Formats: sequence, C-alpha cells, structure tokens
Amino acid sequence: MNTLRSLLLAAALALGASGASLAQQPNADDPEASTSWQQVRNAMFPGRSITSPAEAIISIEAPDRAQDAAIVPVSIRTHVEQRAERYIEKVYLVIDNNPSPVGAVFHFTPASGRADIETRVRVDAYTHVRAIAQMNDGELFMATRFVKASGGCSAPPGKDMTAAMASLGKMRFRVDGDIEAGKPALAQLMISHPNNSGLAMDQLTRLYTPAYFVRRVQVSYAGEPVLSADVDFSISENPNFRFYFLPRGEGELKAEVIDTNDLKFETVLSVAPK
Amino acid sequence: MKPCLPPFACRRLVLLTALLLGAVKAAGAADALPTAEIAPGVFVHQGQQQVWSHANAGDVANLGFVVGSQCVAVIDTGGSPQLGAALLAAVRQATPVPVCYVINTHVHPDHLLGNQAFAALEPRPRFVGHARLPASLSARAPFYRDALQRELGVELAAEGVIFPEVLVDDRHELDLGGVRLTLRAWPTAHTDNDLSVQVGERGPIFLGDLLFAGHLPVIDGRLLGWLEVMDALDTLDLELAIPGHGAPSADWKVAMAVQRSYLLGVRDGVRAAIDAGTPIAETVEALAGAGVDNWLLVDEFHRRNLTAAYAELEWED
Repeated sequence: MNTLRSLLLAAALALGASGASLAQQPNADDPEASTSWQQVRNAMFPGRSITSPAEAIISIEAPDRAQDAAIVPVSIRTHVEQRAERYIEKVYLVIDNNPSPVGAVFHFTPASGRADIETRVRVDAYTHVRAIAQMNDGELFMATRFVKASGGCSAPPGKDMTAAMASLGKMRFRVDGDIEAGKPALAQLMISHPNNSGLAMDQLTRLYTPAYFVRRVQVSYAGEPVLSADVDFSISENPNFRFYFLPRGEGELKAEVIDTNDLKFETVLSVAPK
Repeated sequence: MKPCLPPFACRRLVLLTALLLGAVKAAGAADALPTAEIAPGVFVHQGQQQVWSHANAGDVANLGFVVGSQCVAVIDTGGSPQLGAALLAAVRQATPVPVCYVINTHVHPDHLLGNQAFAALEPRPRFVGHARLPASLSARAPFYRDALQRELGVELAAEGVIFPEVLVDDRHELDLGGVRLTLRAWPTAHTDNDLSVQVGERGPIFLGDLLFAGHLPVIDGRLLGWLEVMDALDTLDLELAIPGHGAPSADWKVAMAVQRSYLLGVRDGVRAAIDAGTPIAETVEALAGAGVDNWLLVDEFHRRNLTAAYAELEWED
C-alpha cells in the first residue's frame, strides 16, 4: 500500500465506515464548516493554505440535486495552460460525506494539454464536492459545489450486479473530431467494472461483500504519460473519464487499468493528427 | 419507487402528517388502508401519485392482497412499517384467513418497507421475492433506511428490513386454497429483481413497477431489457392488470403502449446524443423537456431516467 492509499484509508477511517452523520445536515453555504472536509484537509494538506474560490484556475460543475445517486456527473475545468514551467500537477476530487471522501487523485503533465477531467461519482448524502488543484510548485486552489442527495428510491449501488460482473474489464476509447498536432484533444475512456464499495452485507452469510473497484488508471500517448489516477469506489460503476492529451505526431493512446484484485486491463487507440 | 422532496420542502405539511399519525396511534391499532375489491378476493390499495414523503407517509405505491380459502397473500407492503400495519388492518377487515405469504414485486422502498408489520404475525408468513432481490436489498437497505429517516422521519432498525426466504428465479406457484397465484421472475427491466403475480388463469395480474400509469416510468434496471419484458407482457391474454403506480385497468395494454412510447423516446434521444459525442450532463439538459407531456412527476424522474439510459446505452455495440 503506497502512502497515498494510506492517507485515503486514514481519512476514511477517521470518518467511520458509514460516513458523516446524516442527521447533521451539512451547511451548503459554508464549505469550510464541513467536519469531514476538515479531517481530509488535515490528513492530506496539513498546514498548507488553499485558495478558494479560485475561478481563474479551477471550477467544478455538478447537478444541484443528484438525480441518480449512482451516477452523478462531475466536470472539473481548469483555466491554466499546461506548460513545462507552470502546470497543474494534481487534481483531487473530494466528496465530503462519502464513506471514503477522497474519490480520486488525478495526475497531469505538460503532455496532458489541459488538466480538465470529467467523470461520474456516487453520492451517498448531502455533501460538498470539491476539486483541488495542486500546481507543480505545490500551490493549492479549490473549487466547491454542494450536491443534495437524491430521494428515497435512488441509491448508490449499481442497477444490475450480475450484468456488471459479466462484462468486467471491457474497455473503450473514444476520440471525437479532427485531431490537430499541438492542440489539446479530448478523449474518453470507458471501463466496464462494478466498482463496488463492499459496504453491502450478504443477508444469508452475514458477511460483507469485499470491496472491488478500479484503483489505478494510467493513460499515455506515444509513450508519454498524459493522465494517471488513483481512484476508488466513489467513482460510479463502469468508470468513465473524459480528459485531454496533446497530440504531436502519430502515436498510440494507451490505457492501463488495475483493480483491487490486481487484475490488469489494457486498451489502445491509434491517433493520427492532421 | 419514489425519491422524496428534501425535508424542508415538506415542512409545512409536517403538522398535518403529525396529526394524521397521531390519529392512527390514538386508535390503538393502525386504521385500515382503503382498498377496492377489483375482482373476487383480489383487493387493491391505490397509492398516491406523489413522491415518497412526509406528506403522504410513504403511501405512494399500489398494494394488494389476494384471499383464498386457506391463505392470504399480500403483494407489496408500502413505504413504511406504519403503512404496512395499515395494510394489515385492511386485510383483517376483509377476512379472518391467515396471511401465509408476503410477496415483494421488487426492491424499492415504497413497495417493501412495510414488510416489518407482517413479520411480527404468528405464525410468521413466508416472504417471497425475485432470486436477485436479496443481493439488491442488501446493497441498498442502509440508504433506504437513511431516506426513511430523512424523508419520513421514521427510524427503522437494520433488522426491520425483511428479506425474502422464498426465492423465485423463473416461475413459482402458490396455492391459497381455491386460488392459484403464478409468480414470474423477469430479466432486468425496471430493476434487476422484478416479479409479477398473476391470479388464476385469466388474471388479474400484479405487474409491480413493470407498468406505470400516470406516474412517469422510472428506469432503475435496464431500459432495453424493460422494452423486451414489455414485449413478453404484451402477449399475455389477461383481463385486468394492476400497475405499480396508477389505476388498475382492463385497458392495461393501452397503458403499456403509452409507457413504451416514453421509453422509446428516451432510448432514441439518448442514442442520438451519444452518437453525436454529447457528454452525459449536457444530454440530460438538452432532453429534459422531451417526450414528457401528460406524465406526472416529470421533474422528479425524467432527468434521472436520461442519466441512467445514457450510462446504459453508451455501451451498446
């Protein structure tokens, strides 16, 4: 277990396996008042200042109300050119009131072109959702959104558990439109995986199903890393990522995915810029 | 199935609900839910066409029971233990015959959180569900209990969520004494654990949430699978069907056609957006007003359906 995962785990344990208390309604207007955020902050960024809001650097979009608690689209936009001398190195996605609040840590490089990322998450309760950008010099900037949990029938677990296991490991890349050398291009990576939290108990055996989720995603273009991500079960079933890369000449876009059973999945797409 | 409005949206109705609940408690036992005998020995309580909330005390799904000479079978129990108790009172009013079976048509809380009221009966009835119901309910029960607390202000212990012990993976018959029920477990459609209950040879049939009338259909399983299951249901020659939400009807094939039209609209709209490379959030916004005329609860469920359909259809070959 690497240091990051230890930190994530520590943060999760600090909050207790069931997440923050539902009885204590979080304050939509004051993102800093969230106790789970204060715990994550102390574990992940001790003693560091975080500029927020920081609209010139980072913004986040999510629906006000989670329509489907299992699939809440989150779009993180950055407004910094990824240059060798100054770029966004990491983006942390934090969902305060999920059982494991740090849902993902995305790592970017100058070859990413842009440090934007779009994905879908599970939302367990009324919560702040945060994107925290770390620059290559260590400076931190944060954007937050408040998402209300959906109603009574909508729950974070997936819709068809049998089907989810049957198509395990299938992957797809998609790059739309013309690709121009030197101009950031948008790509989508789809991974078929149940990505479950392991928090459900089998009523017959009284045992908890083991957590089983994608834990690492690495994407390279022509051998250069453009995106890598440490992720967990806050990411929805069938993890889906839209991100940028900077095409230069002909090359392969390649994704490698590792799950918590150490299964590895791989897919490639040839890209030929105009 | 029914999400709820946030608690503060219901606040002005809380007083009224408190008064209603107070009246129920003052009566010592729950007041009987109103039911209609839609065919001999077949009773239906029609839930309100609303989201599951404080204001309606979780009374939003259709519930029913079938009376034989030896046994009663209850089909869905309502959105709270209190509602289950009121349904039990209605059974008691209709017949002294014991409740042998409690059947859940699927996992959603507005159909199943009343189970607890029947689990206390002596002898205890057998709880019946789709073979995939236990797994789905295990995963969802903590969230449903939280929602019950949040939306209805009702505490339910983990043990208060009652799981089925008779599991149906294809077809199963129950003999109530002079009345035979045929239970059928369907492939993933509205949910991955939909079960229909047919009374006798010619119906009625309880379709659970495989059929919505009035209330917008809700996709929590597989859109394409649901359309296939509807094809199979359309071949049934039965006189009367009870949807999970909306009025029981002899014209149930018409209700099926209306539901199909909505689901096909969602499928085609979302498919086109995926083909065009439109991301999920933008697709949901773009289609938020499409194909929803004449449905109830559009604001509560249409965007959610588009979201679920997108996540399913983007994997089509």
